[in-house]
Amino acid sequence: MTKTILAVDDSGSLRQMLSFSLKAAGYGVIEAVDGQDGLAKARQQKVDLVLTDQNMPGMDGLSLIKALRGMANYKSVPILMLTTESGDDIKAMGKAAGATGWLVKPFDPARLTEVVKKLIG
Amino acid sequence: MTIDMSQFYQVFFDEAFELLAEKEKLLLALDVAAPDSEDLNAIFRAAHSIKGGAATFGFTDITEVTHMLESLLDRIRKGEMALTTEHVDAFLAAKDILTMQMEGHQHGSSVDQDAVDSVCRRLKALSLGQAAPAVEPAPAAPDAAASETVATDAGPVADADGNFHFRIELPVVPQRDVEALASELGLLGTISQETLPDQRVAFTLVTSEGRDNIVAICSFVLDPDDLKITHAGGVPQAAAAAVASAPADPGYAIFEPAKPEASAQPAAPAAEAAKPEQAAGEAKNWGRRATDKEGGSAESSSIRVGVEKVDQLINLVGELVITQAMIEQRINALDPIVHERLLNSASQLARNTRDLQEAVMSIRMMPMDYVFSRFPRMVRDLAAKLGKKVEFVTRGAATELDKGLIERIVDPLTHLVRNSVDHGIEMPEKRRASGKNETGKLTLSAAHQGGNIVIEVNDDGGGLNREKILAKARQQGLPVSDAMTDGEVWQLIFAPGFSTADVVTDVSGRGVGMDVVKRNITAMGGNVEIHSIPGSGTTIAISLPLTLAILDGMSVKVGEEIYILPLGYVIESLQPAAVDVKEIAGQGKVVKVREEYLPLIPLYQIFAIEPRFDDPSQAITVILESDGKKAALLVDSLVGQQQVVVKNLESNFRKVAGISGATILGDGGVSLILDVAALLRSSHQLNTDTIFS
Repeated sequence: MTKTILAVDDSGSLRQMLSFSLKAAGYGVIEAVDGQDGLAKARQQKVDLVLTDQNMPGMDGLSLIKALRGMANYKSVPILMLTTESGDDIKAMGKAAGATGWLVKPFDPARLTEVVKKLIG
Repeated sequence: MTIDMSQFYQVFFDEAFELLAEKEKLLLALDVAAPDSEDLNAIFRAAHSIKGGAATFGFTDITEVTHMLESLLDRIRKGEMALTTEHVDAFLAAKDILTMQMEGHQHGSSVDQDAVDSVCRRLKALSLGQAAPAVEPAPAAPDAAASETVATDAGPVADADGNFHFRIELPVVPQRDVEALASELGLLGTISQETLPDQRVAFTLVTSEGRDNIVAICSFVLDPDDLKITHAGGVPQAAAAAVASAPADPGYAIFEPAKPEASAQPAAPAAEAAKPEQAAGEAKNWGRRATDKEGGSAESSSIRVGVEKVDQLINLVGELVITQAMIEQRINALDPIVHERLLNSASQLARNTRDLQEAVMSIRMMPMDYVFSRFPRMVRDLAAKLGKKVEFVTRGAATELDKGLIERIVDPLTHLVRNSVDHGIEMPEKRRASGKNETGKLTLSAAHQGGNIVIEVNDDGGGLNREKILAKARQQGLPVSDAMTDGEVWQLIFAPGFSTADVVTDVSGRGVGMDVVKRNITAMGGNVEIHSIPGSGTTIAISLPLTLAILDGMSVKVGEEIYILPLGYVIESLQPAAVDVKEIAGQGKVVKVREEYLPLIPLYQIFAIEPRFDDPSQAITVILESDGKKAALLVDSLVGQQQVVVKNLESNFRKVAGISGATILGDGGVSLILDVAALLRSSHQLNTDTIFS
């Protein structure tokens, strides 16, 4: 069965790139434009992995991760944080919020699929 | 897997340009003394997003500039540095640089590297120079995308590359934790690992980061007190070999490899407890983020759709409107009692179609803000260049206008605004001398008036000079007289090549003139009016139709043909008495309407049709007005008034003189829409001289 990934990023070009690369690797992709949208989409349909940007208008990535971890069916779904911030506090906060890992921006599509494969096969 | 990244460039550019425009708008509106933290956040986010995209798509030059911008903005939004006008100026300059760089990537246009360097130096100087004294300086965080490397730690000496060499001895921890730490620490730099005789593990880390960061990372897995971090001072031979063979920085980390379930749990409660300050700091951060969230909800989400898709939709709805009109016409012949239910359904269809049409048309509508938002910056720069003081106000920025029109209004409006700043508003001394406020006021406003949008450029400057314009017009050989009304005199400035500016300045007075402004606006189906009072200012009002896709028309019949006249041009219609029609030898006929002789345009002659009536006193004349010129159009009869969906004739057939488009009528027949402005122009070329002489 095709695994579905929720890609949350406020940048359209990033979303397009994520979506294109993941689809090329055989995953289904749902896009969301910010945390709020991501949460709504996650509620609509259970996904197998969540990729989220940190810095977004409205609800940011950390808040999204916390909210998702508060939902019964997202307790164990892998969540990867995408961040340009090398600051470790953001990574630490991500971890505390329940992120499974992080991926530093910029990344190339190959690295993205490599990490995703590690997590959900 | 290889993916061609260039396919995403266009989206990146579009969104980056949008972000830059947004950023500029926010910057210009910013109250430097008391900036709104929401605005600062939004400005920061714009820089941050562009940086992320640029880094992903490999535009390193853009990444560099945005990185500096972001670091500086981050400190300002966190309150580590007070915002000054120098900051705003530098940010605006950076915006221009980024625009130039993006255009360079997009179209291959040239990039002024000196300008880039100078802005970068400015940003750097600002970020170094003015840290609030109470706060420990927080240099730009080096990140994977950044080109610059800033050492954060004083004390230990960095190597030639600015890196420190740390040796980190771990206590006894499970292998799983060792792996997790290795991958996380690996992100700070290059890491190598060795097993000590007592089975403990020691890392050697070459990084530009400070000791604190290492402790912070380790504290999630173990008690930092159990750590032994020493400064290695250099790379030992063995470690050097290990470094050389160490895998490259993977750029990612999975906190709990292979067991994502466990990651929901906070790493180590003991570590959390050991770091109460950090927890407090975190809580504070969350608090700030929570406020971000509330204010940020105003930013609406939208989807990006190609204009051609929207146009296709509009076109299809147009067809639907026509089909619906056909049905309506057919069923009108039916017995309303026998077919009551069918007729009810049909009227509901009519309502829904109309609503649908309105909704679809509104997709193409864009707020005037799209145009207005360019001007604050332009006016600011212009005023500074000219040494004038100008307060710029916009009103009705939310007023909507068709996308096609909004893009075409930019140039004429830019010209008018430039003119107002350059020629309209006087120098501060002159204003003071004439008892005015030193600061001139320039107002740009938009409002709906009926089916039109009226855009006004108003300044409280010196106003137009009647004598100067008349003198210049005479000099250029234009037909003028002292008896002309002010309105007529002002229209003279729209004549080709007309300029009364004494000096051609750097700002305006060269390039496109007012005649081009006028021509552009007329081509959009609009008109321009000028109101000016000497000493107190000038208002230039542009009136445009809201959309070019639908038109309120009056249908008229000549012979068997039906033509559509855009309603905006129609003043009245009447049947002239035979005595009011006069023939002018070799020049056609004129008709006297309310003591005014108007050229008579027989439509049947223009299109060579056999009319029912060729005697004006039996036919109908429709009085039309465009650009202050009037004429009487001779037709057989009036058919009615209706909204028509405009179909472009050029794209379906070819351009035909005197015809601006076509439409499909309710009965399925095709009807041509007359180009009234062109008709009037040609009639005046024939008649004006004769009539007035």
